[in-house]
Amino acid sequence: MRFLLIEDNELLANAVTERLSLDGHIIDHANDLSTAWDYTATSSYDMILLDIMLPDGDGRKFLEQHRMGKSRTPIIVLTARSEVSDRVGILDLGADDYMIKPIDFSELEARCRAVLRRRAGAARNTMSFGDIEFDALAGTLKINDNEIKLRTKELRLLEIFVNAPQQIFAKSHLLNRLFPFDVEASENAIEVYVGRLRKHLGDSNVSITTVRGLGYKLECV
Amino acid sequence: MRPNVKGSIRQRLLFMLLLSTAAIAILLYVVVQSVAEQITQESQDNILAASAISILDSARVIDGEISIDLPYSSLSMLDSVTDERAFYAIHLNDEFLSGYADLPRIKNLSDIPTFQSSAYLGEDIRIASTRRSYSTLEGQAFLEVSVAQTLTGLNQSISRVSRLSLAIGFGFFLVSMIVALLIAQSTIRPLHSLTEAVSRRGPSDLRPVTAPVPTEMTPLVASLNSLMIRLQNSLSRSEDFIAEAAHRVRTPMAIVRTQAEVTLRRVEKEENRQTVREMIRAIDESSRTAGQLLDYAMVSFRTDDLAKEIIQLDALLAEIVDRLAPLSELRDVTITLNTPEKLKIVGDQILVQNAIQNVLDNAIKYSDVDTEISILLICKNDKANIIVKDRGYGFDNAEMRDLLKRFKRGQNAQQVIGSGLGLTIVDDIMGAHGGAISLSNNQEGGACVHLSFPL
Repeated sequence: MRFLLIEDNELLANAVTERLSLDGHIIDHANDLSTAWDYTATSSYDMILLDIMLPDGDGRKFLEQHRMGKSRTPIIVLTARSEVSDRVGILDLGADDYMIKPIDFSELEARCRAVLRRRAGAARNTMSFGDIEFDALAGTLKINDNEIKLRTKELRLLEIFVNAPQQIFAKSHLLNRLFPFDVEASENAIEVYVGRLRKHLGDSNVSITTVRGLGYKLECV
Repeated sequence: MRPNVKGSIRQRLLFMLLLSTAAIAILLYVVVQSVAEQITQESQDNILAASAISILDSARVIDGEISIDLPYSSLSMLDSVTDERAFYAIHLNDEFLSGYADLPRIKNLSDIPTFQSSAYLGEDIRIASTRRSYSTLEGQAFLEVSVAQTLTGLNQSISRVSRLSLAIGFGFFLVSMIVALLIAQSTIRPLHSLTEAVSRRGPSDLRPVTAPVPTEMTPLVASLNSLMIRLQNSLSRSEDFIAEAAHRVRTPMAIVRTQAEVTLRRVEKEENRQTVREMIRAIDESSRTAGQLLDYAMVSFRTDDLAKEIIQLDALLAEIVDRLAPLSELRDVTITLNTPEKLKIVGDQILVQNAIQNVLDNAIKYSDVDTEISILLICKNDKANIIVKDRGYGFDNAEMRDLLKRFKRGQNAQQVIGSGLGLTIVDDIMGAHGGAISLSNNQEGGACVHLSFPL
């Protein structure tokens, strides 16, 4: 995904940029509101991450103006203020969601997905590979007109594979992508989910193959 | 002298008013009494004088000698109408002529009647004496007439008048007392209504007082209002300060946490990974506690002055579940929300939302991966019941009663991040809404939290 991060703290912005790029996301960073407006005018983003206290104004102003503008890019507010009234106000101003710093990036990713799913509504947003059709937001896998509803982890795993077919993913990488840091999961768990996906993909010409010593990759037979 | 500012204004006002009316009543009594005495005395004196003069008038000088034909009426007017006894004495050139010889005599008489109070035959009397000169054969002769009357009836009528004046004085006092009470009451009333208007307010209501007040109280209200404004300013300053402080503390925490997550990705060695994980947990724990402490303060503040909004529980539940869906997704926990009835309660929406969210947060946190949480909203026993069941560790029976206390956490929950305030907050919120929270375990395992709100 392509993110615009509006955050005035340089250290935090760098850390967030680094963390999100680990998961393959692309991040532009704006220090203040005016830079942010420049970015939104020239590029399009999947998601805007907005801090509330900024050097040249209040993030809430950005929310209001953004809502009145043409762009439909969803905004998740990352706030350090944790008062309930603030949170309610942020949603009323048109933010799609909010998170209180320090943020958990697994949660951020989950919230991004939820926001995008909500925004997409009934619209289908499918990816095809081989003879499978995959809708990451709806969580459905379609093989020869046969639709299967995937569970969250299966969905996330398939999404990683479909986004980069032929790429070899190490078990440890998949483990990091799939589980929040505080869930004690072993690489066996990855084997379990890969096993489940293989079962779902059984009838298709797509398969997850094991690359001995390196990991897994998605292939079209 | 410093004025006495302690004590009740009403009592002081009442006291002053009563003191002055008592003084006026006593003065009234004294004046009426003395005027009455004077008037009665004067009228008696006039009668006595008239009687004496009529006796003198009946005296004639016939052939150079004084002859008196004592008119009957002159004495009868003294004793016939009243029960007084009348006396008289007539002297000619200090020589007793007729009447009561031993009736006291008044010295230095003139032809204008002179009066004197005295005693005669053991009774108080009033004497009027006058004299007139006549030319007789022996030359100038002085005829002196004294008429006296007892004072029994007079004293009686004076005491009647004095009783009356006493009654008038007392009546005046009574009426004034009632008036004084009313005055004191009505003087104090605006003060009371101002007090009530201010004390009825909730702790967060710092609007200026706009109720009409008497002119004398305008400065008081004005200074009260300016105090309110200053208080409001200092409150919002401290709110801003807390928000700013939270921002300042949370931002570095966010940096450390993010860097730790990045590090966790790079570190291969399991023991190092464990260390970084613990670091992240510690940050999350302190951030969670800080958040819950702020929430707890907010809850105490808002429960003092509970808002009365209509809350559509089924819609609120749906909203909260929607908001928590990403969190449950992370643990592969499915939330099923079952709201067969559309139930409304009255209360503070933000608080109720906070309570439900805390319960659901717990359910998600303590659920085993890949399990289900069920939420049921039903109307039972005239209450709106929210029943949240999860398939986690459940509650330890021995600890269950303590879990609502501040900073108490279950022994089986130590590995999960938490502040120990969540259920305390829920308990407080339920209490403020006249509802209750009860904890139990499901037969098939897992915790069951039951919230009930009065409808």
